[in-house]
Amino acid sequence: MIRFTKPYLIMIFISIGLLFAQANFDLTLPDYLSKIVNVGIQQGGVEDAVPEAIREIEMNRTLMWLTPENQTDVLSAYTLVHNGSSEASLYVEKYPALLNQSVYVLTNSESATNTNLNPIMARALLIVSFVELLMMNDTLRMLVNAQLGLSLPGNGTDLFEYIKTQPPLTLLLIMTVANSRFSALGEKMIIQAATQVVREEYKALGMDINQLQLNYMFYYGGLMILLTLLSMACMIAVGYLAAKVATGMARDMRRDIFKKVEQFSSTEFDSFSTASLITRSTNDITQVQMAVIMIIRLVFYAPILGIGGIIHALDLAPTMWWIIAMAVGILLSLILMVFYVALPKFKSIQKLVDRLNLVAREGLTGIMVIRAFNKQQFEEIRFDKANIDLTKVSLFINRVMVIMMPVMMMLMNVLVIIIIWVGSHEVANANLQVGDMIAFMQYAMQVTMAFLMLSIMFIILPRASVSVNRIAEVLKVDILIRDPENPKHFDEPFRGKVEFRNVSFRYTGALEDVLHDISFTAHSGQVTAFIGPTGSGKSTLVNLIPRLYDVVTGEILIDDVDIREVSQHELRDKIGYVPQKSALFSGTIASNLLFANENASEVDLKSAIQTAQITEFVNGKTEGMATEIAQGGMNVSGGQKQRLSIARALVKKAPINILDDSFSNLDFKTDVALRKALRASLSVSTVLIVTQRVSTIKNADQIIVLNEGRIVGKGTHVELMENCAIYKDIAMSQLSLEELL
Amino acid sequence: MMQRPGGPMRGRGPMGATGVAREKATNFRGTMGKLFRYMGRYKGLVLLVFIFAAASTTANIIGPKILGTATTTLVTGVIAQISGTGVIDFASIGVILLEVLAIYVISAIFGFIQGWIMAGVSTNIAYRFRRDIAEKIDHLPLKYFDGTTYGEVLSRITNDVDTINQSLSQSLTQIITSVVTIVGVLIMMLSISWVMTLVALAMLPLSLLLMGVVIGRSQKYFKQQQDNLGHVNGHVEEMYGGHIVIKAFNGEEKSVEKFNKFNKNWYTGSWKANFFSGLMIPIMLFIGNLGYVAVTIFGAWLAIQNVITIGDIQAFIQYVRSFTQPLSQIANISNVLQQTAAAAERVFKFLEEEEETPDVTNPIKLERVKGLVEFRNVHFGYDPNKIIIQNFSAIAQPGQKVAIVGPTGAGKTTIVKLLMRFYDLNSGTILVDGHDTRDFTRADLRRMFGMVLQDTWLYNDSIMNNIRYSNQDATDEEVLAAASIAHVDPFVKMLPDGYNMVINEEITNVSQGQMQLLTIARAILANPPILILDEATSSVDTHTEILIQEAMDALMQNRTSFVIAHRLSTIRNADLILVMRDGDIVEQGNHNELLARGGYYAELYNSQFEKLNND
Repeated sequence: MIRFTKPYLIMIFISIGLLFAQANFDLTLPDYLSKIVNVGIQQGGVEDAVPEAIREIEMNRTLMWLTPENQTDVLSAYTLVHNGSSEASLYVEKYPALLNQSVYVLTNSESATNTNLNPIMARALLIVSFVELLMMNDTLRMLVNAQLGLSLPGNGTDLFEYIKTQPPLTLLLIMTVANSRFSALGEKMIIQAATQVVREEYKALGMDINQLQLNYMFYYGGLMILLTLLSMACMIAVGYLAAKVATGMARDMRRDIFKKVEQFSSTEFDSFSTASLITRSTNDITQVQMAVIMIIRLVFYAPILGIGGIIHALDLAPTMWWIIAMAVGILLSLILMVFYVALPKFKSIQKLVDRLNLVAREGLTGIMVIRAFNKQQFEEIRFDKANIDLTKVSLFINRVMVIMMPVMMMLMNVLVIIIIWVGSHEVANANLQVGDMIAFMQYAMQVTMAFLMLSIMFIILPRASVSVNRIAEVLKVDILIRDPENPKHFDEPFRGKVEFRNVSFRYTGALEDVLHDISFTAHSGQVTAFIGPTGSGKSTLVNLIPRLYDVVTGEILIDDVDIREVSQHELRDKIGYVPQKSALFSGTIASNLLFANENASEVDLKSAIQTAQITEFVNGKTEGMATEIAQGGMNVSGGQKQRLSIARALVKKAPINILDDSFSNLDFKTDVALRKALRASLSVSTVLIVTQRVSTIKNADQIIVLNEGRIVGKGTHVELMENCAIYKDIAMSQLSLEELL
Repeated sequence: MMQRPGGPMRGRGPMGATGVAREKATNFRGTMGKLFRYMGRYKGLVLLVFIFAAASTTANIIGPKILGTATTTLVTGVIAQISGTGVIDFASIGVILLEVLAIYVISAIFGFIQGWIMAGVSTNIAYRFRRDIAEKIDHLPLKYFDGTTYGEVLSRITNDVDTINQSLSQSLTQIITSVVTIVGVLIMMLSISWVMTLVALAMLPLSLLLMGVVIGRSQKYFKQQQDNLGHVNGHVEEMYGGHIVIKAFNGEEKSVEKFNKFNKNWYTGSWKANFFSGLMIPIMLFIGNLGYVAVTIFGAWLAIQNVITIGDIQAFIQYVRSFTQPLSQIANISNVLQQTAAAAERVFKFLEEEEETPDVTNPIKLERVKGLVEFRNVHFGYDPNKIIIQNFSAIAQPGQKVAIVGPTGAGKTTIVKLLMRFYDLNSGTILVDGHDTRDFTRADLRRMFGMVLQDTWLYNDSIMNNIRYSNQDATDEEVLAAASIAHVDPFVKMLPDGYNMVINEEITNVSQGQMQLLTIARAILANPPILILDEATSSVDTHTEILIQEAMDALMQNRTSFVIAHRLSTIRNADLILVMRDGDIVEQGNHNELLARGGYYAELYNSQFEKLNND
């Protein structure tokens, strides 16, 4: 089976690559969403506490709260731009405040990141903004003075300058108090709070902060759209590849299986039933095709998405892993439970449907008998029982399926509620931002969806694997009948003498031989007939001649060449064959006859039709030989089918002709006429006839009587009537005494 | 959930929502009306289902909005915490969450009840449909089946009823939930912000347009794919069916060549069909995401203006997401409904077929049937415009044997069908013991006849019950007695479970000849005054044939018998021979009379003796 994926491996790998990309895009989306909520909305588009520009005065106020090393780090990241300088003209448009004062501009954002300025600046900026608040708010200042035992002056005094003049203790005291506040807030919230200060600073710089915020949102919104576009592109590409791979594989498999079956000899063919071979070549292939599409699109994708989702979610909120674990756990046990409960019912429902079908079919095929015996009521009760049985189980399954839906919904909703509850505590403890919580929710959904998808695998894979096995069984069959490596050829001119030498045969797997030690010779220009009770091996015997089966011991010679030494093609070219079960193919009458010999002329066809006693039928049709034949010859009667298949064999003009019980559906009159015509047209060939009717073969040159696989009589009708009891029995049962004479 | 039988020809492709080839009912409205009337007695329950579905959906819709207030409270708390003016109000968040939880639980319970009831209703309706169809079969004239295959009727019972069942249990409630969802979500969105709602709705025409294009395309290819698959599968069936012929005529290469052509055609159509139907999901997702981004950005802008809160945005996003799904569902449902209507239409058409003419109201009851059968000026044709039996009259005296002869296809079983009133005459009468057969009930009439046809019919039950089929009241002893007269006993004794052996579904565990013997035993047990027999032909071996003959002879003793004869000895011994040709009875009389006449019968008979020698 693996070999069917080979030509598509590259496509499959590309699909997996694309799925990784798609998962990546899909999983980045919530990240961007949280950015939009956190930064775009809550922080007014200001991402962190390191401002891109800051007034000199503000910078000086900030620096005083920093350690000397931190001061160096900060200053190395910024460049001071003096108002009126040549540099200022570069920035003035962006920072209008440059017109009348100097501004520090962040020029080395890399060093800012390297030295991790974000929390440092955040703290300092918050203290600055607090002190600035004290300068404006007297009540607050008095409160602080009272609490800390300070005497910060009011009335427009620059408190920053004032603190610098005081002993370092004052500064330290303020910092300690601030720090204790900070530790209660937590890192994320400190930064979030500081962004408000930065925003105020931007306002002071004369920047359009609303524009800033919108720009931020459009930037990330644009990115999101880009991502969804890319994600869609990936999905479509995967869909394209999946369709190509699945249908391609289905095509290849179907091609191989059909080719294989066409090579089957009857031995291999018999080991499966025809219906089963048809299902394997059609339905099973479709099953596999559907499974391949699902595998590529869902089964490959689910683990990628699931694992990616878990990674992203844990990245956001590592302490909340248990929520996802719980959701997945409950989901899986729910699915397993449903499987456990419903699967046996699923299996039994198929049986019940079959049963219902059987009873209904019996009711239809036996309609005459049922009415003849007045059994309508009985049949209705029988059907009702099957119907009730089916209804009960199907109700159960319907209910399970229907109820799954609200339960799943409920599970998802409860998941969201738990995330909000737990998440808000995390937010309060400053481990999480609100936007992150919303993003976490999305990830949790994605993860559970992924597991849901995976559970579908439990449904598809077992079913597909059954189909795959059934296909593999056909493909791995060893074909027993093969051409020899160096085939011999029949001598010219071909005479058509058929000789059996001590032939025994048994079907594969059978315990007993069907034919024992059969020897006879059939000569050209003669009719050799085989008669005997059902199961005596007549059909088997003639089927050995075109090598539909191979003999087990002994040999079959045609013109003194063992038939296993020539190619099957050459052998069968010499044989005209009319099977017991006539098979016609869809097309026209003419196309069916030409099947035997493509080069046959119109005259040949006409004469074959004439001989086969079917002229009346063909001429009766307005279309004549162009009359449509439906699939399997379903639109002609059994007798017509039989005669058409005789005509087909005649068109071949083969030197050896086998007629396997080919008169059974004909009435006596047609039978006689046909035999007469055949005799004339096949006078120069070797004719082998299998029949159950004595009248059909009374005039054969040689009659071989078979019983339980052995030859029990050989001779002409008259000879056999005298010396073969079994033949006599058969004849007596069919004809009255005077007819036999 | 039911497997769809009907052979591999029907092999369904991997069609998603868009893949189902459209099947249309000719009268959609009328059929749906009938379907709803058929559901009549469940009206109350269905109404309840609708209410619960609507309630459940509504609860589900309100959920996110309330959940949004939790987020808003959280955000307010966070800001308060930052500015040091307060803390997060966990108490009120807790209350809100509990509220939402309650809403969701209620929604789930409603959904649960709704599903539970609807599954019950739809399964019950499926049961009733199947029962009605099965009962209908018994009331249809046999004539109906001349124009309808068994496969078609079976397909009504399984495929069509199953389609209706599925559609009722799923699609019906889906319509309710989808509509409620769309309306509800729309209201909720409007209650948050009408501007944002406008933005979200702007995505609709785009998605409808794209959906239309994709569905149109994929349906075209799916049709193609199904046709091509039909060719491929048809070829497979045919070639496997005629495998021996293919081999014998060296036709493998030609067959493989033709197959490869079909297979390639299938591939070109099929990958496109699969690809296009697969486009639906990514495109819908993209449009969904597009709306989502637009709503986020726009919402954020509104939040800056302090028009709405963050919780509102969160709720709105969820609403946008749940807006697209019911839309595509509704697009799909119209398809499903069409299919359902088509299936229901077929079922109703079957249920409304004209039934047999009812039995007479005052039927004649005969105490004892002598077995005098008379045909008086009988005219009959399967097709009323094509009368095949023209003015036929004949009398069979009690105890006489009537042989029906003629070539295959001459319509020999027609007489049987007329005698037992499987078909009604076009004109003329058939009389039993001087009474018109139409004056009996069908049941009484048929009770007078015992029938042994060549296509025997056994059913999947024990041999004992199969024999007893003709007379349910027979004791085991009576069954055994009949079995022994019919020569059934010897072979049954050799079977694994004897009389208790169950005939398997394919009827492969008894031979053709044994089946015939069993049906003879059945007729013996019925002990009818008049017999109809069909002699065995070539499919039975000699020994069994002799047994069957003996059993039939025993059966015919002292009974009026109609024999579809193949053996010349039977024909010669018959009191009356009916010679059939092309459906009509062309000659009647005994053997010697007919030979003397030198007509069709003489021709048939003599052909038997014609020497094959050319001279």
